[in-house]
Amino acid sequence: MASLITCPHCGVRPKEEFAIRGDASLVRPAPTASDEAWHDYVYVRTNPRGRTLEHWQHVAGCRRFLVVERDTFTHDVHSVTDGAAFARENGR
Amino acid sequence: MRYSAFSIVKNALSGNLKWKPQWRQAEPKSHYDVIIVGGGGHGLATAYYLAKEFGVKNVAVLEKGYLGSGNVGRNTTIVRSNYMLPGNEPFYEFSMKLWEGLERELNYNVMLSQRGVIMLYHNDGQRDAYIRRGNAMWMEGVAAELIERDQLKKMIPFLNYDHARYPILGGLLQRRAGTARHDAVAWGYARGADRHGVDIIEHCEVTAIRRENGVVSGVETTKGFIGCGKLALAAAGNSSRVSEMADLKLPIESHVLQAFVTEGLKPCIDHVIVYGGGHFYISQSDKGGLVFGAEIDGYTSYAQRGNLATAEHVMEEGVTMIPGLSRVRVLRSWAGVMDMSMDGSPIIDRTPIDNLYLNCGWCYGGFKATPASGYCFAHLIAKNDTHPVARFLRLDRFARGYAVDEAGAGPQPNLH
Repeated sequence: MASLITCPHCGVRPKEEFAIRGDASLVRPAPTASDEAWHDYVYVRTNPRGRTLEHWQHVAGCRRFLVVERDTFTHDVHSVTDGAAFARENGR
Repeated sequence: MRYSAFSIVKNALSGNLKWKPQWRQAEPKSHYDVIIVGGGGHGLATAYYLAKEFGVKNVAVLEKGYLGSGNVGRNTTIVRSNYMLPGNEPFYEFSMKLWEGLERELNYNVMLSQRGVIMLYHNDGQRDAYIRRGNAMWMEGVAAELIERDQLKKMIPFLNYDHARYPILGGLLQRRAGTARHDAVAWGYARGADRHGVDIIEHCEVTAIRRENGVVSGVETTKGFIGCGKLALAAAGNSSRVSEMADLKLPIESHVLQAFVTEGLKPCIDHVIVYGGGHFYISQSDKGGLVFGAEIDGYTSYAQRGNLATAEHVMEEGVTMIPGLSRVRVLRSWAGVMDMSMDGSPIIDRTPIDNLYLNCGWCYGGFKATPASGYCFAHLIAKNDTHPVARFLRLDRFARGYAVDEAGAGPQPNLH
């Protein structure tokens, strides 16, 4: 795992300042969505070997939620985006 | 060849040149009744019990690397059955009982050492929780003892009892728990399965699952197509990748867990000791090295290597519990890929595809479960029916609202 994460607000910071929340590719279903849709959102994961999107929170820094794109096999970090900006870009 | 004192003497007299390999290097046949994907402890145990207990002899185990190259060779060798929930405890106790007879069963020395596992508590709340857990164990017929501070000091004098933040007040002891030699478990089951006619095919990676009319007809592998009547997945950290070949998505994330071993020391740690202020656990191997580990790194990973910050954290926990550890040198460290499930408990179940069976979600506790996992999975495959002690470990339990969550951490795999 890369030791340094480039936070878009705080710059290059050690990975230990961040808390990992989990898969960021999941889209929260509507409150009225079916039980199956909610089950898949809460419990089921694609768990890819390769590139993945994750929510990381910079708990010892700006406390913003970030979206980190990294590789689960090589441990390379490809990009770090602010969570709100990521949501806007992807129309969420 | 049956191993015995006589066989040792006999082979010694012939210069130890006549020992036979413990299992054949099998080449795949065109069709098997059952194919098991994954030649680790669970896959090999499944094959063994299928052939021995359930009379299914036409079985192959496919392993992408060499036998036992995954988590069965990468764990900290602890076996115990001190769980709390009724969905878990009977299963792990069934496993513990199989461990107790395993050497005789396999005619193989798995070096089971029932040295006792003690889990420490550091405050009144933890003490209450361990009393509750001990009582839950007694209700399933498993002995547990609460060891108070004075008694513990006599048993294990070298702990840091008066730490300011985490004083050690006592522990919950399961005397029958302990350790086993991990590689020997894989080799013993492989030898046993082989003797019952199972083909163990190493360096044979499954690349696709072929389906016809909604059921599995076989697997594409690096050694060509192999047909099967039933397909059983026991791929641990790679479960999501294998099941994806059958368009199944699992309640699993793959995480990385590190473990460490120190230089060899004279006997000094008589038990398996688990720290209650963190997740640190330590025991001493028969070679003398101290074997220890703690939490998973916390990020999803398929790489069998971890992060130095976690290594530092593990060492800090260890030194907090046993200050003398600071003088010991670490010899090596390694990591394995854990199939972390959404409630921290495993899955042994059928799938929506009729002849596809699933065994996964062992988190970082799969080694102790090896015999029961194999037995229950074999039962499921042979009879198409769940073994009674594994009846809570179903794939659809999340949808039904029956998660088996020992830690009470919710659907957040990196917290289990």
